[in-house]
Order: sequence, then C-alpha cells, then structure tokens
Amino acid sequence: MMARNLFIPITLGLVITFLIGPFLIIVAASFSAGETLAFPPQGFSLRWIAKVFTVESFRDSFYMSMFLAIGGTLAALILGIPASYALSRYKLPGAETIRTIVSAPIIVPGIIVGLSLLRYIVVPFQVGITLALFLAHTALILPYAVRVVSASLGNLRSDIEEAAVLLGSSRLGAFFRVVLPNIRGGIMSAFILGFVTSFNQVPVSLFLSGPGVRTLPVDMIAYMEIVFDPSVAALSALLAFMSIGIVFLAERFLGFSRYV
Amino acid sequence: MSDPNFLTLENLTLAYGDTVAVKDLNLTIGKGELVAFLGPSGCGKTTTMRAIAGLLSPASGHVKLDGADITRVSANKRNVGLMFQSYALFPHLSVYENVAFGLRLKKTPAAELDKRVRAGITSVGLSDYADRKPGELSGGQQQRVALARSMVMEPKVLLLDEPLSNLDARLRLDMRSELQRVQKETGVTMIFVTHDQGEALSLADRIVVMKRGAIEQIGSPEDIYNRPTSAFVADFVGFENIFELSDGRLKTPKGPVELSGPVPIAAGLAWRPRMVTLGSGPFQGTVRGASFAGNSREYLLDTPLGPIKAEVDAALPPHELGAELAFDLPVGTAAQLSTFG
Repeated sequence: MMARNLFIPITLGLVITFLIGPFLIIVAASFSAGETLAFPPQGFSLRWIAKVFTVESFRDSFYMSMFLAIGGTLAALILGIPASYALSRYKLPGAETIRTIVSAPIIVPGIIVGLSLLRYIVVPFQVGITLALFLAHTALILPYAVRVVSASLGNLRSDIEEAAVLLGSSRLGAFFRVVLPNIRGGIMSAFILGFVTSFNQVPVSLFLSGPGVRTLPVDMIAYMEIVFDPSVAALSALLAFMSIGIVFLAERFLGFSRYV
Repeated sequence: MSDPNFLTLENLTLAYGDTVAVKDLNLTIGKGELVAFLGPSGCGKTTTMRAIAGLLSPASGHVKLDGADITRVSANKRNVGLMFQSYALFPHLSVYENVAFGLRLKKTPAAELDKRVRAGITSVGLSDYADRKPGELSGGQQQRVALARSMVMEPKVLLLDEPLSNLDARLRLDMRSELQRVQKETGVTMIFVTHDQGEALSLADRIVVMKRGAIEQIGSPEDIYNRPTSAFVADFVGFENIFELSDGRLKTPKGPVELSGPVPIAAGLAWRPRMVTLGSGPFQGTVRGASFAGNSREYLLDTPLGPIKAEVDAALPPHELGAELAFDLPVGTAAQLSTFG
C-alpha cells in the first residue's frame, strides 16, 4: 500500500524532471553572462538574447523555417482536407491502404525520408533546395492534417449535408456552409500541429538543406559546431516560448486538446 | 385533396450498387395526404423516401410531383422537405439561423425572411430559444426546430424519417399532435417512414406496408389493422395466430385441422390473441405460459395446432400453468389472408 502511494508521485516527479528539467536549464543558460554555453550560468545578462537577433544566418533561416511551417502546413491542409473528407464520407476501395500510405511519413524515421527524397527525387530531378524543402515539409505535415481533420469529420454527422442540400444548397455549397464551419477547430488544430512539426523538423531538413538555404534548427546545429556560446540556448528558449504561446492561444480560443 | 395524383412513383427501382433495395414500385399519393411507409428495417421504406427527396437517383422508373417528372431534378431544386431521424440541425448555427438557412439561399428579402423565420419558430413554440445553438436544446426541441426549418420553405412534400421513434412517450403525443396541426394548417403532403405500427396507425390517413423492397398492402389504418391481406402484414400488426389454409383446413405442424363452421376461400386465416375464445370450443390446449398485462392476461397454449396465444380480460379468474383448457378459433372474426408467405 505504501509502495503504491509513493509510486505515483515518484513517477510524476521523474517525468517532470526529464521533460521540464532540460528546458529550465536552457532558459537559465541563456541568461548567462559567460562566454560559453554552461550550467549553472555564470552571472546574469541579456546579451546572448540580444545577440540572437543580430546573427544574420539565424534571421534568414528563421524566415525559411517560418515559410516552410506556414506554407507547408497550408499546402498539407489544402491536400489533406479533401482527402480526409473523401476517406470519411465515401466507401472508397482501399481506403485503409490510402490511410496507411498517408501516415507513412510519421512512422518512417526522418533520416530515411530525408535520404530517399534526396537520392531519388531531388538529385535525379534537379529540384531546387527551397522547393525540395517545401515539398518534404508538406509531405511530413500531411499525415497530421489528415488525421486531425478526419477525427473532426468523424464527429460530424453526414446527414447535415443532405439537410443543407434539401434546403436548396449545392453539394459543394453544403461543404462550405455546413461542413467547414463545423470542423474549423480541427483545421486550426491541424495547422498548429503541422506548424510545430515542421518548425521542429531536423533530419529531413538536414538532408535537403543546401548552400545558403537552411531551416532554423539545422542552422543552429551548424552554428554550434563552430561557436559554442549561450546564444543557441537563448534562441532555443525563445523558440520554446513561441511554441508555448501558440499552444496556449490555441487552447484558449479553440480548445485544442479536444482534437489531439 | 385537390390533386389525387400529386405524387406518383412509377415502376421505381432503386439500388445501392448491385443490391436492389426497391423493385418496380408503383404508388400514387394525393395532395394533402398523410401517408406512412411501414415496414421492418431493410424493407426499402427509407430508400423510397430518399428517392422522393432526390438523395438517391433511381436505377429505373419515374418520380412525378405536381404534374412534373422530377426523376432527374436534383435534390436541391425539388422543394421537398425532409425531417431527419437525427434532426440533422447545423450545430454551428443558432435556431434562428437554422430555420433561415434555406430562405437565405433563396435570397429572400430581409424583411420577409425575418417575418417567415420568426413565424416558423413561433409556430413550433420556440420563440424564446431563437438564439440558442442546437446543442443547448432537448431532443424534442431540436426536432421542432427541424420541423420549422423544413416547413418555412413551404415544401410541396414533407418527408419525415421515424419522426416519433427518438422521443419518450409524452413527447411522442406532443409531436404527433404537432404534426397533425401542421398538416391541417398548411395542407402539406406528408410521408413518414416508420417501423412502428402504432405510430403509423395513429398518425396516417393511409398506410403503405412494405416488405423486401415491394409494397405488401396499402390501406387505411383500419384496413391494415383489421383486414391484413397477407401473413406478413397480419404478423406485423399483431395477429399472432396465423395459419395457412388448404382445402378448407388449417395447415398445422401436426397435419390438417378442420375448423367449425363454413371456411371462406382464402390463402390463410389469422387471429389476434384476443380473438381466441378461451374456455369453450372444439380444441384442447395446455397452458405453457401466462402473463398479466394490466387490463388483460395473456396465455401461451400448447395445442395440437401448435402454440396458440390467447388474451382474455384480467377480471376473469386466472388459469394455472399446466391447466387443460378448451378453446376455439372462430372463423367469423378471423382476418382472411389472400396471400401467404
């Protein structure tokens, strides 16, 4: 009885230590006044946080990451919403196979996806770096889009579309008038999930990055190989807070956790 | 009933892929009629309703409404209303906007739209709920919103899918009188689909009993209840003692049995449990089961004719299990079935 009483708080404590601990260390390190990335921080200053904004390659790769995260997610949604709709509303032959294929990028390790995209798509077809990254990110986000939007569609009765049609709406009109408004929350959740997935993506981006075109995480790794100062910690902390902010807003306005 | 051929279904065959759900159906419904499609699940009643609405296009045959062939007219241009079993309200819209949905699509002028929507909501007694979302309403209220949403379009035909089956007993009475009121006030032609004979009997002017994709019998509630013409309909409306006739004798598991009195020319005879005379008659049975049902007692008898169900007034003294009783199946009261099987 005693053992069981202790089991839960100890497990909980360990989980929190390993999940939140590193994050706290990074945040603390980013306020360091020292010259190298170290913990405990030496002194207190905001100079590394300020430095983040002055490194030009960080700025470029941040824009690239933002472009991939937003553009890739939008593209994945434009493909994924109709796909989810077709999968959930029609009895398609091989629907299960399509579902499996669509979610393959989640299951297959990023390194393999990245390598095979590079070896069999990018090199033979001479695809530009930016386009290659964009296509890869879209493909990586698609499973999340299909999965979350499908869940949202599954909760929606299909007879409301027929009701709209009988009230004079076209089939397509019914989709825009009664389906989309009711899966808005799912679409927003898919967007946020896709955005975060893309933004944090390393292995695939690593293979596809090229001269002058990198995503932010890849750029941070490259930076650390040369300079080992706390600015990387500061950047990580800023990104973490950005992610927390997005999820917080999503939860606040959309009830994000209901859809995941 | 100004137009007796207001809605006609001609040789209608409906199929889902290779599965034929309704075969060669012919039916004529008059303007202002209240018709019930009655039958067990899978009999094709819902399929037929969906074909009238235009949600399913027929494999062959025609649907004609108000003088026009609408077989190829799409569902959104038919002006046929459908109240779904699940109500199918739009969850993101208020009661007001749900009811206004169709009128907005028709670009009804704002003042007229508001007047008609308010009148529709008021007529179903929900004027205090106009700004609520469907999720904030009870099942009965949601159904009335669905009714108002269909009726505000002034449909030529209102189709209702199991309109009473999701409601509890008290709401059922409310909805039944609500539908009768709407029908009386607007004169709209109504067709409702149900598997519940009580629902069909109490609400419809005419009942179409369906079985395996075909019409089994059409008639007034009295006809269907008292004069079923087939064993299937008889069974469906509660005749529990059904026998096939051959050469004027009842076919039973233990051979042919002679009835007392002149036997009509028919394929079969059927008796409700309460038509069985208990205590006297040419047959003998053993009480195998007995149950008390308030006003009456029901007995299950083991007899040379097979199991017989009888129902008698509860005021009569009860019979013990195992008791030997005389009984009769009076030919005069039996329903005469013209088809058997």
